[in-house]
Amino acid sequence: MELYEYTIHEIAEKLEKQEVTSYDLVKSYFDRIKEKDGVVKAYVSLMEEEALAKAKDIDERRKKGEKLGKYAGVPIGIKDNMNVKGTKTTCSSKMLENYESPYDATVIEKLKAEDMIFLGKLNMDEFAMGSSTEHSYFFPTHNPWDLSRVPGGSSGGSAAAVAADLAPAALGSDTGGSIRQPASLCGIIGLKPTYGLVSRYGLVAFASSLDQIGPLTKDVTDSAIILNLISGHDEKDSTSSRREKIDYTKSLVNDVKGMKIGLPKEFLAEGVSPEVKDAILEVAEKYRELGAEVEECSLDVGKYSLATYYIIACAEASSNLGRFDGIRYGYRTEKFENLKDIYKNSRSEGFGPEVKRRIILGTYVLSSGYYDAYYKKAQKVRTIIKNEYDKLFEKYDLILTPTSPITAFKMGEKSNNPLEMYMADICTVPVNIAGLPGMNVPCKLDSNGLPIGFLLIGNSFEEEKIFRAAYTYEQNTNFRDNKPTFKGGEN
Amino acid sequence: MAISKDEIIHIAKLACLNLTEEEIEKYAQDMTDILEFAEIVNNLNTDEIKETVGINGEYNVFRKDEVKPSLPREELLKNAPSQDEGMFRIPKVIQ
Repeated sequence: MELYEYTIHEIAEKLEKQEVTSYDLVKSYFDRIKEKDGVVKAYVSLMEEEALAKAKDIDERRKKGEKLGKYAGVPIGIKDNMNVKGTKTTCSSKMLENYESPYDATVIEKLKAEDMIFLGKLNMDEFAMGSSTEHSYFFPTHNPWDLSRVPGGSSGGSAAAVAADLAPAALGSDTGGSIRQPASLCGIIGLKPTYGLVSRYGLVAFASSLDQIGPLTKDVTDSAIILNLISGHDEKDSTSSRREKIDYTKSLVNDVKGMKIGLPKEFLAEGVSPEVKDAILEVAEKYRELGAEVEECSLDVGKYSLATYYIIACAEASSNLGRFDGIRYGYRTEKFENLKDIYKNSRSEGFGPEVKRRIILGTYVLSSGYYDAYYKKAQKVRTIIKNEYDKLFEKYDLILTPTSPITAFKMGEKSNNPLEMYMADICTVPVNIAGLPGMNVPCKLDSNGLPIGFLLIGNSFEEEKIFRAAYTYEQNTNFRDNKPTFKGGEN
Repeated sequence: MAISKDEIIHIAKLACLNLTEEEIEKYAQDMTDILEFAEIVNNLNTDEIKETVGINGEYNVFRKDEVKPSLPREELLKNAPSQDEGMFRIPKVIQ
C-alpha cells in the first residue's frame, strides 16, 4: 500500500509509532498530485513549501520526544472558501483571484492547534454556487471515476481530491448539498453537520442560514475524528451552538440493533434513476439484516424544499455578496470615472454567470412588492418542512434516502439549464432547510462504474446516531475495495 | 408569470450589475422558469405558520461590549485595490 492511500486514523497511528515520517507522507501526496492532478484538477493552489517545512519541523519535534497532538503532521486539503492566513482564498472567482487571507477561519485555527498540515486549497463552483464544479472561474474539476464526468459540487475539488488520493481528507462547505452530493458522485464519506455545530467564522458566506462546514473523508472513522476537531462553540459566530462537546469516535460502534430507520417513499419515486433506487433498497435490506428496523414512510418535501431553497439561498446570497464592491478587497475594474462605475463594473466583470443569476433572483425576491410573496412565504414553508422532519423523528432515529438521484453526469450536460442542475440537489437541500445533519455513505457502483451513495439524515445534534449507523454499514460491506479508474480522459 | 426584460434591467440596477443584451434575455428566461417552479410553495397553506428566521433557535446572542484588539490596519489594507495614508482610496464623490 502506498502512503497516500491511508486514512487519517491509520496515518496518525503510523506517525505515532514512528513507522513513517510526516515529511515522507506529505511528500507522497505532492508526488501523487504531480502525477494525477493534471487530469483531475482538484487543487486551485498548493502549499507545498510550507507543508514540507512544517512536516520536517514536526518530525524533529517528535524525534525529540516532544508531546504532540494526536493528529500532528497529518495532512488535509481545504476548500478554497475558507481563510488560511497568508494564503489566497479565491472562492474560485475572478472577484477574489488575488485575495490574501488576513486571518484564519476558526476551523483552520483548530486544525493548526492540532499541528495538522495543509496541502492546498481545493476547487469549487464559484462562491459555492453549483452542483458540478463547472462554475469555477479557473477550470472545472474532473471525476476520478470517469474524467469525462463532473465530480459534483460545489465542493467538487475536495471530493475529487479525497477520492483520487490527492489528500487523505478535506474540509468542504454545504449550503444545499455541496459536501454530500460531490461525496456521493466521488464515492467517499461526506458529512454536513447540524447547523450551528461548526463555526462559520472565516468561511466566505453564501447563504448564512444554511451554510455549514464539514469533513470529506475516506471512511466513517475519519469523519468522526475531524468533526471532533472542528466542532464547538465560537463566540465569533453568533449562530454557533453552546452545547457541550461530544466525542464522536465513541459512536463508532458496529451495531444497529434496535435502531429505527425511516425510508420515505417520495425520495425513491419519479426522477430517481432505477439503479440508484435499487441500490438504496439494497442498503435498507442490509440494515434489516444487521438488526435495524427499516420502515417505509412518507416525507413529501422534496420539491417544496427546492423551491424554498432557491428563494432563501439566493436572497441571502444577494445580500452577502453586496460586500463585493471593488473598494476594500477583491477585483476592481479599470474602467471607471466615478464611484458608481467602480461598483457596477467591478461586480459585472468580477462575478461569473451563475453568481449573477443568483444575485438577480435573490434581489428580485427581496425587492419591494415581491418580498411577501416569495421570501416571507418561503420562510413559512421552511417551518412546515422542519415540522415534517420533527414528526418523523418522533418515530425514527434516522431517515434514509439517496444522496443524489443520479450518478455523476457528463461535463456540459446540465450547465446550460439551471433548473435541471438545481434538481441534482433535490435529496440534499431539504436537510439544510431543516438545519439537520446528513452524511453520504458510498454503497456500490452503477453499471457505468460510477459510485452510488445513500444519505443518512439525523435529528438536530444527533450526529452520533448517524456515525453509528454509517460505521456499522461500512464494517459489514466493502465499497472501499473499489478504486477510481481515471478512465475517460481522452475525448 | 413571465419576467420581462424591463424587470431584469430594473433588478440588475438594484443589484449593481451591468448586463449585456444577451444576458438580459437569458436571465429573463431563466427567472421565468425558476420562479414558475418556485410557485409550488403557493400550494401550501401557511396562514397559521410562523416564519423560520434562525434554524437552531439562537436569537439575539449578546456579548459584553469590551474593547479587544482587532486585526491590524496594514494587514487589512493589503487587499485594497487602492489605498492612501491608511485609508481606502475611492474616486471623488462630492461634486
